[in-house]
Amino acid sequence: MTEAYIYDAVRTPRGKGKKDGSLHEVKPIDLLTPLFGALRERNNLDTAKVEDVVLGCVTPIGEQGGNIARIAVLYAGWDQAVPGQTLNRFCASGLEAVNLAAAKVGSGQEDLVVAGGVESMSRIKMSSDGGAWFLDPRINGDTAFIPQGVSADLIATLEGFPRAELDAFAARSHRKAAHARDNGHFDNSLIPVRDLNGLPILEVDETIRPETTPESIAKLKPSFQMPGEMGFDLHARRKYPQLERIEHVHHAGNSSGIVDGAALTLIGNGRIGEELGLRPRARIRGYAAVGDEPTIMLTGPAPASRKALGKAGLTAGDIDLWEINEAFAAVVLKAQRELGIDEDRINVNGGAIALGHPLGATGAMLLGTAVDELERRDKQFALVTLCVGAGMGVATVIERI
Amino acid sequence: MAIRYEIDERQIVTLTLDMEGRSANVLGRELMEPFSKAIADLEAEQALAGVILTSAKKDFLAGADIDQIFAMTEAAQVMEMAEAFKSLARRLETLGKPVVAALNGSALGGGLELALACHHRIVLSNPRIKIGLPEVKLGLLPGGGGTQRLPRMLGLKEALPLLLEGREMNPEAALQRGLVDEIAETPEAMMAAARAWIEANRHPAKPWDVKGFRWPGGDSKKPDNAQMWAIAPAMLYQKSRGNYPAAKNILSCVYEGSWVDFDTACRIESRYFTHCVVSPQAKNMITALWYQLNGIKKGGSRPSEPARQQVRKVGVLGAGMMGAGIADVAARAGIDVVLKDVTKSQAEKGKDVARAQLEKRVRRNKMTAEEREAVLARILTTDHAADLQGCDLVIEAVFEDRELKAKVTAEAEARIDEQAIFASNTSTLPITGLAKASKRPGNFIGLHFFSPVSAMPLVEIIKGEETSQETLAKAFDFVLQIRKTPIVVNDSRGFYTSRVFSTYVQEGMALLREGQHPAALEAAGLDAGMPVGPLALTDEVSLSLIHHILEQTRRDFEAEGREAPEHPADAVVYTMVDRLDRVGKKAGAGFYDYPENGAKHLWPELRKHFPQAEQQLPQAEVIERLMFIQAIETVRCMEEGVLNSVADANLGSIFGWGFPPFKGGTLQFINDYGLSEFAARAEALAARWGDRFLPPASLKEKASAGATFA
Repeated sequence: MTEAYIYDAVRTPRGKGKKDGSLHEVKPIDLLTPLFGALRERNNLDTAKVEDVVLGCVTPIGEQGGNIARIAVLYAGWDQAVPGQTLNRFCASGLEAVNLAAAKVGSGQEDLVVAGGVESMSRIKMSSDGGAWFLDPRINGDTAFIPQGVSADLIATLEGFPRAELDAFAARSHRKAAHARDNGHFDNSLIPVRDLNGLPILEVDETIRPETTPESIAKLKPSFQMPGEMGFDLHARRKYPQLERIEHVHHAGNSSGIVDGAALTLIGNGRIGEELGLRPRARIRGYAAVGDEPTIMLTGPAPASRKALGKAGLTAGDIDLWEINEAFAAVVLKAQRELGIDEDRINVNGGAIALGHPLGATGAMLLGTAVDELERRDKQFALVTLCVGAGMGVATVIERI
Repeated sequence: MAIRYEIDERQIVTLTLDMEGRSANVLGRELMEPFSKAIADLEAEQALAGVILTSAKKDFLAGADIDQIFAMTEAAQVMEMAEAFKSLARRLETLGKPVVAALNGSALGGGLELALACHHRIVLSNPRIKIGLPEVKLGLLPGGGGTQRLPRMLGLKEALPLLLEGREMNPEAALQRGLVDEIAETPEAMMAAARAWIEANRHPAKPWDVKGFRWPGGDSKKPDNAQMWAIAPAMLYQKSRGNYPAAKNILSCVYEGSWVDFDTACRIESRYFTHCVVSPQAKNMITALWYQLNGIKKGGSRPSEPARQQVRKVGVLGAGMMGAGIADVAARAGIDVVLKDVTKSQAEKGKDVARAQLEKRVRRNKMTAEEREAVLARILTTDHAADLQGCDLVIEAVFEDRELKAKVTAEAEARIDEQAIFASNTSTLPITGLAKASKRPGNFIGLHFFSPVSAMPLVEIIKGEETSQETLAKAFDFVLQIRKTPIVVNDSRGFYTSRVFSTYVQEGMALLREGQHPAALEAAGLDAGMPVGPLALTDEVSLSLIHHILEQTRRDFEAEGREAPEHPADAVVYTMVDRLDRVGKKAGAGFYDYPENGAKHLWPELRKHFPQAEQQLPQAEVIERLMFIQAIETVRCMEEGVLNSVADANLGSIFGWGFPPFKGGTLQFINDYGLSEFAARAEALAARWGDRFLPPASLKEKASAGATFA
């Protein structure tokens, strides 16, 4: 296998995914345009050398439908020889794009690939593309569909995570993210979003609330109690009959934020790097996607991580930094427990509870954050992983050069 | 001809459904052929102004021919029939001329579907007329376009409950819901209104046949409809636990039909309809809830002599919950009631219970205030036995105490005629024993009502050794008169229903003792289709009562010089009652805790006293044990002559303690499973869990003879 290197990683700030969010006025393609520009400029890139652009997008309809990857390439003024494709691995789409790029490079069939993702959650509502699982009562019923929040509550109930523990985790996410932002840990990757006049629209992540404490979010109402009681709890208990009830412990404060954003990474082999004068920052050591029980849905990070570690010939103990996507607090705590990781290695710059989770882009964002932090801390290995809708998990192991 | 074809001078054709040799029109082959011909004739009419579709029978069209539906086992055959009917209805709908349904009587199932294919529906004003799509109650779905027309007429959210619940409505309610368009006071007015509508609407077309059709309430993509689809299966599961494919198929018909044009949608519906018709669930439900129930109502378990008679006046002794309930249902059936208790005020309290029940019916528009007053006026409360004079029947519903029952029996018999019968509403005490206190044991019988009386459809009639055939016939007639379903059993410990029902709760306790997770085994009971989990049910029955019965049984056996049989559940009962003092729901503490403000939940310490086994049984095996034990005990009841009829066994189980209707009752469950397969599986369960699972000899004989419980 040819080694796949990460040459660069850029991302937009994450804007609150509602109509009062700063990026709501920005079209999905305009989240990508500055990133294509930045990749070209930062690397003095001959774009004709890029052999594919793979972008994750979870709700690829409307403005972000119709294969936005190819259209973004053209609109950004990159060489018309660069093809583009959009993929959907739900919440891990951005990381899946990176892994697919690594596979393309690793196979020797392509030398240089851009991987990333985009999601304007304020403009294209989550789940508004419907789909057989969510919408078709037969499929939904036979596979015991429940919304992810109820799945997260199910994990918390089975694992015995009390609300207070989840709230404390959430507060730490905000504190760590604020610290990282204030100390410039994100600066290397962060590309501001500007208007056509060059005026700034958003320059920093918008949803961090450093003042958050466990007490300040303790009074928030559980978000999934009502749907749970309307029937989804019972759907969950079909799979876990030993549970008499589901504790509804997740809420807006200890779940990932809904945000807008995009990210791109530049992945290639060693030869093209030398040819173009690029400095490899990290190598991709292993990656994996797994399927797991779909009703509990969000337990994929641990098995995906174990599989990716196995491919890399490493163990969990070798990993210096973990990025476990904070879809819900219980997801991280569950993965942490299952993999036996110290908390001081997990999400050291905060996570999606503070920063938000722009579905299709998050995986590529986390990868960039991990590369930056390995360099900043002078560490060797990082592992990025996300839980994925319908019971999947994706993980990537990287090693700093 | 089954359909009369008459054209008047205004070129309006009236099609009158009037099947020969039948009291009602039913939709089947006999009707399809003439219907097909009538439509061809309509299409050939040169100057047709419009069509009126009506019936010469009491009902308009009562639905599909169940005999034909039940007999069909080949998918292709069902599909063809469904498509054939639909194409006829569709030709009527797209005739280009106005077609009006003049509903002179009930239009149910396929009858309503035919009316929905018409352009306008007028129904006679008569509260007895029923309009609805009740197919789901027999494990079927409306396969005549009903799952497509109704949502396109009313909207997805409005139509779904009508299809899923099979609700039958009177004309007023049907008009409100939009199922019919007009109500007419007389048949003449109805026909005149039909003609008028034809004159005023020369070329009607259905909205879905007009370009640019928009769904009322939005299509499936509309966000709130999409939300509805996302949660509908989970909500349905709460009721059906996945056991009723018809309900699931109805969701699929409506959902999938919402994405395509009407004709494609109808074909999709036919496929799901076919799937229902050939399903074992539909066959089980039709067997029990149609054939066997009808057989019971026709007097299947009643002696043929004497002729049917009515009770005019009934005495009820004891005005507790049961007595009050019996008084209520009897008075509602038009019977005069003497409700007696030790004091007048006690008796009045019982009447208040009945009054509250009636009040509820008034609030739900099931009864008028005048009707309520008339019913209440029929209930005389008293503390004098003398008021029992003139009763054709006296039912005692006093405390389960032999001496007390003997006393009230003698007291009542002193006042009533020699022909009058005396019934005991006991659920535990053998009738033959109680009859010893009677001067006329031939007139003594058991009438086991279920609680709450107003809601429970079953009455278990228990024949004592000396009960006469005349007494049985009278009791049977009375049960039908109060609109309950009678089953007839012979006297034996626990009779039929209590005896078999108790095997379910006992098996639950045995599983708990083995170390099954209590929440999982409760879920297994519900997933099996039982209305309540075995532990929750035990709490409701009360562990102290079960404890009391255990002790009583032990003493009875000892008195006979025998040893009482032991059940693994017994130890659980003793532990709960004697050691842990958790006697059930009434005490607020049993297998469950019953917090004052909040839902019950399993007692957290249960697992301490009944430690969890490391290896948990698969849920499927827990379900199997809970079901098998009931079926096997029922076979024993048949074998011992406690039961004499398969219909009584099946309906008794469904109506008495909620044995799942989709299985068709305890014996139909075995038919469905296959007798040989059942016997073999029971042997295997017996080898592992104890002799209580051994298949009775009669079952094995039947199995090897290739017979079924019929």
